[in-house]
Amino acid sequence: MQWKLTDDRPIYLQLAEQLTQRILAGAYPPGGRIPAVRELAAEAGVNPNTMQRALSLLEDQRLVVTNRTSGRTVTENTQAISRVREQQAKDLAKQYVAAMETLGYGPQDAAQFLQKGGKDDE
Amino acid sequence: MNEQPLIECKNLTKSYTTGTEALSHVSLTVGRGKIVGLLGPNGSGKTTLIKLLSGLLTPTQGDVCIDGHAPGIYTKSIVSYLPDRMYFPKWMRVNDILAFFADFYPDFDRKKALDMLSSLGIAPGEKIRRLSKGTQEKVQLVLVMSRKAQLYLMDEPIAGVDPAARDFILNTILTNYNEEGTVLLSTHLISDIERVLDEVIFLQNGHLVRQDSVDRIRETEGKSVDALFRDIFRTPVYPGYTRKEA
Repeated sequence: MQWKLTDDRPIYLQLAEQLTQRILAGAYPPGGRIPAVRELAAEAGVNPNTMQRALSLLEDQRLVVTNRTSGRTVTENTQAISRVREQQAKDLAKQYVAAMETLGYGPQDAAQFLQKGGKDDE
Repeated sequence: MNEQPLIECKNLTKSYTTGTEALSHVSLTVGRGKIVGLLGPNGSGKTTLIKLLSGLLTPTQGDVCIDGHAPGIYTKSIVSYLPDRMYFPKWMRVNDILAFFADFYPDFDRKKALDMLSSLGIAPGEKIRRLSKGTQEKVQLVLVMSRKAQLYLMDEPIAGVDPAARDFILNTILTNYNEEGTVLLSTHLISDIERVLDEVIFLQNGHLVRQDSVDRIRETEGKSVDALFRDIFRTPVYPGYTRKEA
C-alpha cells in the first residue's frame, strides 16, 4: 500500500488516517504487530517524529496499544475496530448525502441511486 | 535526554565590511532530535547563519551557542557541516578523503561511509576529478552523514542533484541522523523536503520572519509550507516594457 500525502492538511493527520485504513482493511490484523516508527517513517518518506505523532493519535483512539517489550500492536478488541469502521461509514454517508444535495437530490433520491449502485436504469 | 537547547542565538547580527547587514537581530532556539528547514529567498541570510553556527564567521553583535558553547574546537567536534560548495582537492581519491575524515573526526564511521558509497555505486578508488558535480555532492553528503554528530548543518544539500538522488539524500537524512541529533538544512526547494521537516525557520532580508512546526503551519494556514513561502515572499511581477503607440 502506498502513502498518499496532500499539501493542504497536517501530515500527521493524513498518516493517522492511512494507518487507520490499514487496520480497518486488515492489513494490520487485530493483535498484529505494527512496524517500528522508523521503519514506517522511512517507508512514507516522512520525519519519524511526525509518524510518532500519528501513532499516538491512534493510541488515543485505542486502536493501537503499546507494549513495553514487543512494540506496538493493533488492539485485540475487535469491537473498538468495528466502532471506528462504523464511524467512518457514517461519515462517508454524510458526505454522499451532502454532495447529492448540491445536485438537487433529497436523501430519498440519494438512497435510490445508491441501491442501483450507480448503474443505468434497465 | 539533555534538556538544554542545542542551538541558541541571541540578537545575532552579522554585517559585512561592504555595509550589508546579512543577518540582523536574530534570536532563536532549536531543540534536539529535530529536522529543521532554514528557508528564505536568495540573499536572505541562510548561508550567513549557517556559517556563524559552524564558526566560519564571527558575529558582529549578539551571541551564538551550540550545546552551551560558543563556536570553537568543542562545537566543531559535535557539528557536521556540509558547505554550499565543494572543498575537496580534485586530485584526491574518495579513499583519501575518507582517511582525512577518519583522522579529523573521532565520531566518523568509515564502514557506514563505505556502505553508503557502495549503495550509491561510487567506487572509493575513484578520483574526485572524474566524478560528475552531482556525484561529488553525494560523496560530500555521505561523509557528513557518516559522522555521529549532534548537529548536522547542511547548506543546500539537495540543490544540485537529480530528483532520484534527492530522494536518496532525504531518506539518508531520515534514516541516519541519530535521535539526539538535529539536522538544520537550508533550501529553497521546499515542496521536495517539506514532509521530512519538523520545523521551519523563515528568513527574509536577514530578519527572522517565522519559526514554527510544519504541522502547525498546515493546521493554522490550511496550506503547505511551500504555499505559505510563496505568499510571504511573493515578488510583484515586473510590469515589463510596454510599447508606445506610434
